[in-house]
Amino acid sequence: MMSISLQVNGETHAIDVDPATPLLFVLRNYLGLTGAKLGCGLEQCGACAVLVDGQSTLSCSRAVSEFQGKVIATVESLAHGDQMSRVQQAFVGAGAAQCGYCIPGFVVAVTGMLESDPNPDAEAIQEALSSHLCRCGSHGRIKAAIDSLVGPRDAS
Amino acid sequence: MSNPSLINSPALDNWIKLDADGTVHVCSGKVDIGQRISTALGVLVGEELEIDPARIVVDPPDTSYPDEGMTSGSNSMMHSGNAVRAAAATARRHLLTRAAAKLGSGVDALVMDDGLISIRDTNQSVTYREVLDNATFGIAVDPDVTLKSPADYRWIGKDSKPRNLRDMVTGAMIYLHDMVLPEMRHARCVRPPNRLARLVSLSAEKVARLEAEGITLIRDGSFLAVVGDDEYLVIRAAERLARAATWDGATINAADLYGQLTSNPRESRPVVDGTPQDAPVPPLHEPPANAALTHAARYDKPYIMHGSIGPSVAAAKADGVGGLEIWTHSQGIQPLKTSISEALGITPDNLLIQHVPGAGCYGHNGADDAAFDAALIALALPGRPVLLKWTRDDEHAWEPYASAMSMELRASLDTDGAVIDWSHECYSDTHLGRPRPMLGGEGASRLLAALHLENPAPPFRPNPSMSSHAGLHRNIDPYYTFPAVRAIKNLVRDLPLRTSALRCLGGYANIFALESMMDELARHTDADPVAFRLRHLDDPRARNVIEAAADGIGWSKDRDDGVGRGIAFSRYCNCKTYTAIAIELTVNDVAEIEICKAVCAADAGEVVDTAGLSMQLEGGVLQAISWTLYEEVLFDQDGINSRDWETYPILTFAQAPPVDVIILDRPGAPHLGAGEASSEPVAAAIANALFDAAGIRARRLPMTPYNLRQAAMYGDG
Ligand code: FES
Ligand code: FES
Repeated sequence: MMSISLQVNGETHAIDVDPATPLLFVLRNYLGLTGAKLGCGLEQCGACAVLVDGQSTLSCSRAVSEFQGKVIATVESLAHGDQMSRVQQAFVGAGAAQCGYCIPGFVVAVTGMLESDPNPDAEAIQEALSSHLCRCGSHGRIKAAIDSLVGPRDAS
Repeated sequence: MSNPSLINSPALDNWIKLDADGTVHVCSGKVDIGQRISTALGVLVGEELEIDPARIVVDPPDTSYPDEGMTSGSNSMMHSGNAVRAAAATARRHLLTRAAAKLGSGVDALVMDDGLISIRDTNQSVTYREVLDNATFGIAVDPDVTLKSPADYRWIGKDSKPRNLRDMVTGAMIYLHDMVLPEMRHARCVRPPNRLARLVSLSAEKVARLEAEGITLIRDGSFLAVVGDDEYLVIRAAERLARAATWDGATINAADLYGQLTSNPRESRPVVDGTPQDAPVPPLHEPPANAALTHAARYDKPYIMHGSIGPSVAAAKADGVGGLEIWTHSQGIQPLKTSISEALGITPDNLLIQHVPGAGCYGHNGADDAAFDAALIALALPGRPVLLKWTRDDEHAWEPYASAMSMELRASLDTDGAVIDWSHECYSDTHLGRPRPMLGGEGASRLLAALHLENPAPPFRPNPSMSSHAGLHRNIDPYYTFPAVRAIKNLVRDLPLRTSALRCLGGYANIFALESMMDELARHTDADPVAFRLRHLDDPRARNVIEAAADGIGWSKDRDDGVGRGIAFSRYCNCKTYTAIAIELTVNDVAEIEICKAVCAADAGEVVDTAGLSMQLEGGVLQAISWTLYEEVLFDQDGINSRDWETYPILTFAQAPPVDVIILDRPGAPHLGAGEASSEPVAAAIANALFDAAGIRARRLPMTPYNLRQAAMYGDG
């Protein structure tokens, strides 16, 4: 055990935890932030994405100790009170979820992408979502949500 | 109208409740598995009771609710939807009749709106609660009650707001994976290398070290689990325990799967009009004398998996004096209760099972097995609840797969190009391995861990299902009007992997074969594949979906170089939703298929929730594209090799084509189940488009570059 200092959603937390614990388990089990999901634990599906210094980052494998001193934001922090973020509104507007299990990961990935590039081309969009899987077939609705944010992009 | 849901639960109060502030609650035994059934049920009840559906509360079920068995087979709208609708219409009639008496007016003069019944153009009114004198309805649902007429609909058929969507995008939605119970501990299982292997020994030294670190070990025969307070330490402990275990080296028969399918022992039944017969199998006779062309082909489909994005999970708590509570995302909590109580020898009264949402499951995945695992662990450690999660590896290697299947078809055409003779035999393991109600002692055999216990349950041995379109014979029977049809189901024994229900059951493979064959016949006779289908169809609704899909893809327009178009049709179970899929694709020089566009035209009867229906249809198409192009469970004699998303790839965001959904609404017509319908014709539509593009006939799934090269080299076109 070791005390880890973590800055999450604007607050600093001191957490006594095995420093090898992946960030995801600390967020979910120590901070009660269950928006990021455990899907594979192998960095293969995207369900666990959170923003680290503004960048969408998979949290299921890398040790929490690597994230000290970084600014972490989870899907829970994106809405302000009742006001959902632009990206969240776009997902709701497009009806982009069936079971919804993969959706927080997608919302985080799109948020991170737009933060670094407000005007992504089709390739950048595919790149941003390349590590995200959805089994329910919500792909088209997620694309529609992104189109409503950046305008349709032709895949080349 | 005979509705199994209403026969089991005839009292109106079991379905609809008014609480003290007038809020309307719907109680349905169906669980919401991402198919938005609760949204649709809210719309149906709101429509009959004139209340905004967004304010109707749909309660999540537990095992004290109406027993509707399984949420499966696209039956939710046919059973629960129609039952809830009848219940709401009965409630409407009852409220209006009593209000008329109370207000001293005729029913015709009454208006119902938002919890209030008033005499038109007066200020005399009563609330729904007052009409009932604050009591319950106390009457039975009238299955033949008159429903509100489509002309008066306010909400049915409009886009309704899906429930929970907001919570899903904000991360507030609580799945079973996220549940925290007081004093809860975490658990993981350690599984054998394969289905048949058994535990020989555990290293005592390694186990002692784990225990010294606060990990509790559960062992019963070859069933192993670890329990502890910290989830990550439990994961690590499970990995260490796996290394401390020695297994007996038993192997599974992995040789020549498609050979096994057609040569292993089997039980065969003829299928007539979709229903298996207790009758001898008629031999495949010589083609009819007037046959101008006879064509035979064999089609194969591998084992595929449900592949939920959230691995299965369950929580359980034993009170130490006989009571057991289980939280599960199983699709059938009542049948699961029967199976678990039989497996554990607990009376059903001591078992409470509650449903909590999980990730999409698409059939019988690991949910029920995880519930039983959690039960075993909780019983060994009474007092504190445990949350058991399957790992990604568990889910990939241990969920019950959709069976591999082979289909042998033969068809004859007359000189006019009409089908005059048709034979279809399918070979498969069972698709019906779910826990089932009223088993009489064999419930345990259907639960994974029961096979690994010190006193193991006997292996599950399915009998051929004799129900219409029930399992491997789903949609074996052509919907086309053919004068002579021979359809045979073969339930094959001794196959290597454990199987059960995945979306469409045998229908996905049977329609792949049937609709590929239709295309082959059309091409052999230079007939247009759309026209060839239409000439064999009498049902105008079937013709309409095919025409709509063809129109949608621009069937009659010229195509660009290298682009292929294909079409396929099915009516799900020959009595539910009609779907036609049209596909446009290209093939690159390393034999990878790229789907440019898919069109899905569907007729699901009267549409309740347009957005929900269209999303389900689209989801079904995309999932089936994934099955068709990429998916195959790989295994060898030592066990499963598809153990993560790299060894079992599925459709990615970049590979997902646009899907145009065209819904042919039929206001006033019965709701047809649609949850699975759109997946059935997808494989054949792709195979037919591939042939159009490249002249390669793909008869073995998935259509990977390897399989396409094999087909190009050895296929007969
Ligand atoms: S859970 Fe992290 S990528 Fe799958
Ligand atoms: S919505 Fe279910 S996995 Fe994406």
